[in-house]
Amino acid sequence: MNIHKVKQIINAKVICGEDLLDLEVKMGCGCDLMSHILAHIESESTLLLTGLTTPQVIYASDALGLKAICFVRGKSPGDDVIKLAKERAIILMNTQLPLFESCGKLYKEGLKGISENEQRSEILKDSRTCL
Amino acid sequence: MSKEVRSSKIQELAYECKVEEAMTADIVTVAPSDTMVDVWMKLKDKRISGLPVVNADNLEGIISVEDFIKCIIKGRKDEQVKDIMTSDIKFIYTDEPLIHVLKKFEKHKFGRFPVKDRDTKKLVGIITKGDVIRCLLNRFEKDYYEEEAQKNKMCNIFKDIKADKTTILLKYDIKGKEFKKAGEKSSFLKNALLRLGIATDITRRIVIASMETEMNIIIFTDGGEITVSVEEDKIKVNAVDSGPGISDIEKAMLPGYSTAPDWVREMGFGAGMGLPNIKNCSDEMKINSKVGEGTNLEFIVNI
Repeated sequence: MNIHKVKQIINAKVICGEDLLDLEVKMGCGCDLMSHILAHIESESTLLLTGLTTPQVIYASDALGLKAICFVRGKSPGDDVIKLAKERAIILMNTQLPLFESCGKLYKEGLKGISENEQRSEILKDSRTCL
Repeated sequence: MSKEVRSSKIQELAYECKVEEAMTADIVTVAPSDTMVDVWMKLKDKRISGLPVVNADNLEGIISVEDFIKCIIKGRKDEQVKDIMTSDIKFIYTDEPLIHVLKKFEKHKFGRFPVKDRDTKKLVGIITKGDVIRCLLNRFEKDYYEEEAQKNKMCNIFKDIKADKTTILLKYDIKGKEFKKAGEKSSFLKNALLRLGIATDITRRIVIASMETEMNIIIFTDGGEITVSVEEDKIKVNAVDSGPGISDIEKAMLPGYSTAPDWVREMGFGAGMGLPNIKNCSDEMKINSKVGEGTNLEFIVNI
């Protein structure tokens, strides 16, 4: 799913990275705990949905190589955070929807969850005989 | 990140690529009422090995060169397609990964599968082993060029420097309680490692662990220092602070155990995942701590 579609589904406003919206995301993760994000997100093609707007969200996303973040509940980050995101070519958006609803709408439209990465490992393990 | 069995590059690609990307969309079909000679003409003209049998937009069967050969042997080449074709059709959807196709080839021993659109249920293409191989090779080539371009951009300093042992030391001073900039040093470290030509998955593990380390120093101590030694075969990170020290390391290693104050939690940290995260990301981890003196944490990621 590309960010244009994400934007449309949860009615998000782009804060920065307007020129990067062709980016494809394969899964989404809604989380306010940065340690959980660091521990559990494996794919760089993950959209992070969070209610946190601290610089640490950008630093943690950068460590994981994430390229798109959507702030929920209408939150907007400060200029310092926007600057950090711009330097790293990370797309920032915000939506008025709460976290649960944002995630639900995106999931319904086919954006996968990060546990499905585990299913992926299963499928890969299972495919050894035919490759 | 996890050290479980690694899947091969080709498996990864076969998972990434979808049927739609590999299939032949320009399909040649026959009608159930056509004869086997008609089938042969089409196979010969297009140099293909099988055809879907379509009647008024409906997929009714599959006919292959093998079926034709069997007909010749039995002297039935003038018979109609509908009496010869395989009508128990196994098809695949456009949005499925190639790995599903490969599994189906293995299971059913067919040479080709018709491809349907999941929404319209209409026949939109056909896929053979040749299509799968072509698609995977294309992707392989693309990835290869990207990797090469990446490699050329980053010099691998260890190959360029002639010495009996090369170690690059990176030092980061971490100020305690300075939350505004927490994470910044790990971000610097990420760029430094990539610049040194360290692979992205190794860099990622180091940076996740160093970010947790940085957070711990900022949250709990008055400050400390993170030293990263990059060697040819491993990266060693050493973090030292001057207190207050961890009273029960065993407990601190438990996922979810935290002594962080609320203001830290409000920032999205302090969930008790720090040390467990560091352990998961590293190949070796040592921690020494004395209450009142400070903590010394060391972790290693092998390259």
